[in-house]
Amino acid sequence: MKIITRSAVSGVASALVLGTALSLTPKDASAAWEPKKPVDFVIMAGKGGGADKMARLMQSVIEKHNLSSKPFVPINKPGGSGAEALIHLKGTSGANKDHTVMVTLNSFYTTPMRQPGLGVDISTFAPIGRMAEDTFLLWVHKDSGINSVTDFVSAAKAKGNNWIMAGTGKGQEDQLLTDFLNRAYGLNMKYVPFKGGGRVAKELAGKHADSTVNNPSEQLGFYEAGTTRPLAAFTPNRLELFGDAPTFKELGEDFVYFMQRSVVGAPGMSGEAEAYYRRVFAQVYASDEWQDYMKKKSLYGGFLTGQRLKDYWLRERDIHQKMLKEIGEI
Amino acid sequence: MRRAELVMALILALCSISLMVKSAELPIGWIPGEGPGGGAFPFWLSTGMLICCVWIIINWVRKLGPVATSTAAYMDKEALILFVLAAGSLTVMIGLIHVVGVYVSVPLFLVFYVRFVGRHSWPLTGGLAVVTPIVAFFFFEIALRITLPKGKTEPLFYPLYDIFL
Amino acid sequence: MEIINLLADGFLIVFQPLYLAIIIGGVTLGLFIGAMPGLGSVNGVAILLPMTFLMEEQAPGSAIIFLAAIYYGAMYGGAISSIMLGIPGASTAVATTFDGRPLALKGLADQALVAAATASFIGGTISVLLFTGFAPPLAKVALSFGAPEEFALMMLAFATFIGLGGDDISKTFFSIFIGLVLSAVGLDIISGQPRLIFFDIPGFFHGVNFLVLAIGIYGIGEMLWTIESSRGDVQLSKATVSVRRIIDNIVRMKETTKAMVMGSFLGYFVGILPAAGATPGSLMAYGVAKTMSKDPDSFGKGNLIGVAAPEAANNAASTGSMLPMLTLGIPGSPTTAILLGGMVIWGLEPGPRLFIEEKEFVWGLIASLYAANLFALLVNIAFIPALIWVLRTPFTILAPSIFVLCVIGGYAPTQDMHDVWLMLLFGVVAYLLRKLDYPMAPAVLAIVLGPLAEASLRQSLIINHGSPMIFFERPISGPLIGIAILLFFMPLFKALKSRLTSSRAAQERS
Repeated sequence: MKIITRSAVSGVASALVLGTALSLTPKDASAAWEPKKPVDFVIMAGKGGGADKMARLMQSVIEKHNLSSKPFVPINKPGGSGAEALIHLKGTSGANKDHTVMVTLNSFYTTPMRQPGLGVDISTFAPIGRMAEDTFLLWVHKDSGINSVTDFVSAAKAKGNNWIMAGTGKGQEDQLLTDFLNRAYGLNMKYVPFKGGGRVAKELAGKHADSTVNNPSEQLGFYEAGTTRPLAAFTPNRLELFGDAPTFKELGEDFVYFMQRSVVGAPGMSGEAEAYYRRVFAQVYASDEWQDYMKKKSLYGGFLTGQRLKDYWLRERDIHQKMLKEIGEI
Repeated sequence: MRRAELVMALILALCSISLMVKSAELPIGWIPGEGPGGGAFPFWLSTGMLICCVWIIINWVRKLGPVATSTAAYMDKEALILFVLAAGSLTVMIGLIHVVGVYVSVPLFLVFYVRFVGRHSWPLTGGLAVVTPIVAFFFFEIALRITLPKGKTEPLFYPLYDIFL
Repeated sequence: MEIINLLADGFLIVFQPLYLAIIIGGVTLGLFIGAMPGLGSVNGVAILLPMTFLMEEQAPGSAIIFLAAIYYGAMYGGAISSIMLGIPGASTAVATTFDGRPLALKGLADQALVAAATASFIGGTISVLLFTGFAPPLAKVALSFGAPEEFALMMLAFATFIGLGGDDISKTFFSIFIGLVLSAVGLDIISGQPRLIFFDIPGFFHGVNFLVLAIGIYGIGEMLWTIESSRGDVQLSKATVSVRRIIDNIVRMKETTKAMVMGSFLGYFVGILPAAGATPGSLMAYGVAKTMSKDPDSFGKGNLIGVAAPEAANNAASTGSMLPMLTLGIPGSPTTAILLGGMVIWGLEPGPRLFIEEKEFVWGLIASLYAANLFALLVNIAFIPALIWVLRTPFTILAPSIFVLCVIGGYAPTQDMHDVWLMLLFGVVAYLLRKLDYPMAPAVLAIVLGPLAEASLRQSLIINHGSPMIFFERPISGPLIGIAILLFFMPLFKALKSRLTSSRAAQERS
């Protein structure tokens, strides 16, 4: 039995060694820098969430296509809504600066604003690549008989603050969207935080909540089974998968909101290392697996890197600052 | 034992009070329409800890229970030496991990403990001190991809990574 | 019957040599990972996830089968460190230490190991049978559990455990409270605020991991205690092993049949509830087995039933927690959360449609669960002699080795030295407290159940505008809370009754 395990492991190992040998042959002359040790692949969220699933997909694509000579080792650091991960990156020193990258989401903007004591300035982080933008929709249970945003508004108005909106944490994406809906339609929905988007989706499917603002990837299973129904999308254009759901723009509310799925490097990462990771993640982005995943989960967004990614962050940071001020979180 | 019981209860009571103070950074009361605030759960539980400490002290005064009446020493000299030896060497090992990493600090600890505390033979001691880091490297770093801390010795591992990863 | 045909097709896939090899390999690897204190099924599955990408290309469907085999192997392996070292390698194996450790100290480690393996097998088999027969209706039960039901369940778990502490009630309560306070460190999920970040050390942001406390108490604290009580070089256990003994031990398991069956059903039903997972299931099974027993005082001192019941339950629950993952796309435990991520990577969509659209995959997986369970039993029993041999090494070699395992095991899950220091602190404090008869098990249970209980309590209260009546008004949570309250007051009733009878006896005498 032991022999089988070992041969399975060594089979994989030899495949890796082979891959390493292949990827070591220089693709172009400037590809001089290579990681010297396994790369810390920090995930700014807990196990099993959207960011975690994507990070593990990226890691798998890197391994499968031998995009890096050293493995990427994922570590979840969800503590303090990502505060722990930000401090970890900020505190890297020596060789670790060139061997630490992180998968981020929108808490990358909101956490430093809500916890100014951390002293984290996101413009110092190395912009490696924006891999996707996740979309949001407004969801209700099929049995509620609600078919449109108009139905939703009248039903939610009737129930006042007995209308339960389940979401993934206070001061985060779901609450920003809930607050938008409350203000735009004069509602008074009760926001109840749960741990993780999958859990939120289940609360709706089990009729413990009246509505949610899940990502497509979280609701897809229930949607396909006909349990839940999307009413409208927080995107500029209709999503291919949910063609029947209009955008809020069409309904006369100019509100578009995305969740970024980006990879950042530790502050102070050397130029060569940054260039290396940019190349790796550009290849991940172009891979069939990634493109397929984006299509299946209704993800938006092209690959952004360098100064353009930095500009995008600063723009998004200002938008979030405004939103957080409006709901009184900062 | 009797004195240790009182001292421990007093220390724990102090800890409980500082936990209560720390918890009070967040609202500890009942927020109308929502339930308890963010600090309520830890605050009232630390209050519970404090009450338990007071209860233990009352039992001590009333001489209830086997510990409060025991006349045996809390830690005799031999026990103290064993404790300091074990916990101290462990602390030094963990401290050294920051400086020289697991792969130097663990063998040093094993040599100290197996040879100087356990008085086993040198071949056995040496064998353990050599085999343990090698097994740990292959099990954790190669098979499971868990990077263990290496401190200053990290650059020495770059060639190994090139060979095995 | 359609199910039987589908299952037969599944078995045809699984019994191809390649798939069998994958199952056996996965089970063995899982066993080692699970037996390491600090590493459990979550780590095993997460770490080996990328490897399966290559496997899936070679043999479709093999990836999840491999990971499921690791999952099973690790569940079996968790019992090994609980029994042999007294350190629960994962929260699911806490209850196994209560009687497994005393058995090992009596020189009956082989018996405890056989009991754990057999009970795991029974639990696994019963749960897979339940899974085969009733997956869709049970998925509905899982959906009907909201925050109030979850809180009621947590109360029930606490209540079944109220009698677990030592003789000194004040110290037992202290232990429960401190465990609950430690569980509150990190983030308050309702307000989104960090809390109890002592001295602004960033390591506290991720909270106090259960493993840090458990390895501290049971690893370092227990070793310091043993060093003091043994005073020098002794063998920890004088266990011997032979084929004859193993067979006798398996035969002896007949005595525990009732407990194993009870544990399997209980574990399975708790396991299918989202967010609950295998830990509350195994704790409740232990509590119930103790209450049902004619000789409850022998629990905690090396009763075979105390090993069999929680082990049957945690394996049943780990199968159970796959049910919401496959049918609803919701993980029932951290490990299934990773498996879920894996399925997405391989292009499968977990959720209500999976049973219809991916029949081959689902039944291949179920068949592989049967096979993984059988092979985990065989591999586990085959390793028992080697494990017993390890126990016979002199204590001055075993102790430093365990210390090293604790340090690496404490580091591995979060890769943060902060946790190692915290573990050392807990170990030393636990040793000092233990000398004064403070019981430690309640603190470990509290840190596992605390976060679930607090979040579900506060969510329910927000939903109901702050009124606690919600727990009594709902059809499932009402009865659960009622039973929990009854169990809470049981010791009080018993105490009152015995006081009454004794005072009556005293009156009669006078």
